[in-house]
Amino acid sequence: MSNNPIHPDSYADFLCPDELHRIQLNRLQAIVQASYDTVPLTRGRMDEIGLKPEHIQSLADTAKLPFTQKTDLRDTYPYGLFARPMKEVIRLHASSGTTGKPIVVGYTRDDMKVWSSVMARTFCAAGLTENDVIQNAFGYGLFTGGLGAHYGAEALGATVIPISGGNTERQIMVMQDFGVTAICSTPSYFLHLIEAIEATGRGFKDLKLKVGVFGAEPWTDGMRAHIQDRAHIKAYDIYGLSEIIGPGVATECSQQNGLHVFEDHFLMEIVDPKTGQVLPDGEEGELVLTTLSKQAIPMIRYRTHDITSIIPEPCACGRTLRRIHRISHRSDDMIIIRGVNVFPSQIEAALLKVEKSLPHYQIVLSLKEGLDQIEVQVEVTEEMFRDRVSALEQLHKKFSHAIEHVVGLRAQVRLVEPQTIARSQGKAKRVIDQRKEKVSP
Amino acid sequence: MKLKQLSVFLENKPGRLSHPCKLLAEAGINILTLCLADTEQFGILRLIAKDWEKAKSALEKGGCVVNISEVLAIEIPDHPGGLESILSILEPNAINIEYMYAFTLKRGSNAVLIARIEDVDRAAEILRKKKIDVLESSTFFALS
Repeated sequence: MSNNPIHPDSYADFLCPDELHRIQLNRLQAIVQASYDTVPLTRGRMDEIGLKPEHIQSLADTAKLPFTQKTDLRDTYPYGLFARPMKEVIRLHASSGTTGKPIVVGYTRDDMKVWSSVMARTFCAAGLTENDVIQNAFGYGLFTGGLGAHYGAEALGATVIPISGGNTERQIMVMQDFGVTAICSTPSYFLHLIEAIEATGRGFKDLKLKVGVFGAEPWTDGMRAHIQDRAHIKAYDIYGLSEIIGPGVATECSQQNGLHVFEDHFLMEIVDPKTGQVLPDGEEGELVLTTLSKQAIPMIRYRTHDITSIIPEPCACGRTLRRIHRISHRSDDMIIIRGVNVFPSQIEAALLKVEKSLPHYQIVLSLKEGLDQIEVQVEVTEEMFRDRVSALEQLHKKFSHAIEHVVGLRAQVRLVEPQTIARSQGKAKRVIDQRKEKVSP
Repeated sequence: MKLKQLSVFLENKPGRLSHPCKLLAEAGINILTLCLADTEQFGILRLIAKDWEKAKSALEKGGCVVNISEVLAIEIPDHPGGLESILSILEPNAINIEYMYAFTLKRGSNAVLIARIEDVDRAAEILRKKKIDVLESSTFFALS
């Protein structure tokens, strides 16, 4: 077990399996009943297959329940899956959906308590205590990262600095002057900070920083080694998604070997992404999560599209919560840019707002000073091409605006000559991700 | 009197200009005159060739995007104030010249200017009324 004092909420990390399963089943039965009673979509789908809430008699019965997809949130936008009246909902967050409209999630007062608690347990697993000064560089706003980490740090009793993302010079000043011991951010932003701090010539040795809690985008063990080596800190991976709660679904511990899922609040299954069949522990498949205590939006068997596997062996840290491997890839084509979810279909929709037929295009992701860059290359066609420079600049501007409007992210648009985007069997490879290759130490 | 001008889209990076030039050379097409417009990201190569249809198909076969537009070849006196004399005819008629470039050959003591104008026909008519020569394609290509 860790040498650090344990936050009272973290006792739930160490429940014996029987006790955990008893809590899980009670909560599962309650949430299925609540969802059946109040969410028409759930009731309709359960009725279709003749399933009643009372048929859920064991945890294994979870597999009988219908899945919930990201598109369900989109199709019922904005409040269709809410199970509580708005007077009980005290917070809304949103993340980008598969088309122009975001996905809206809500929290009751109790949901906020659970969220704060799982984030406090996350920080505790990273070895943080009330004595720590946490610089929270996750973006504050509709994105769940900023406020989720904020409330968790407060629940832990640590000192939280709500600096939000960006403004690198101020981040460095605060880190130096405020005696910051831990930072939360996306790993790519921290890479940028490392370079900025090294550029000042001062380095990390004078700083009190010892822990980094990183999430909201995929990163690799190579990137971790690079961060730990350059910044002299321990870097932990956390996992979460807005549809389930935000950050606080799973976290690494002192062992830095897989992420413990907070199973008392989130029931996990690994399924075959093609058939939806539940796979045994240890096999790789798609992570499916059921919220066990969420009131505002109970999520039943939510398909995360994140590919991972359960690590069946117990962890040396002593936590009994099962672990999952780092998310290796996704079963769909979603890409994450600066913490924002982007689907190539969104880019397509944006291009089609400007041009009647879809031009050949390619999305190129790269890292510049540690920050994600997205470039959308569009092959110029005869229909698009005008002899006037002003007309082409106008076209370029239209593409940029359409992408920003649909995706919520400014992308660099580049008009390229025909036949310059490589095709295999006539089909262009839509996404070229150069980010991972660049960060290997 | 109107000439067909070929415009080719180019990315603004080293070596891109040689690609269309090579295609035209291989097709045995002589470029009579050209101009290059560029921005930070891309450029437009505009050129006049005798057999514009053959030039277009050679460029397109080679993977270029080609746009055809009509331009005027205007004969102007090759002395100080020569260009101004033409502009002073067009401007009062609210004819907007989008861009122009010079032809390298001369016709007698006159220079030849290629001009891209929104309303080509009206501009040609106005110029002709003022006794300014707007060259027929046949005359123009005979110069080369």
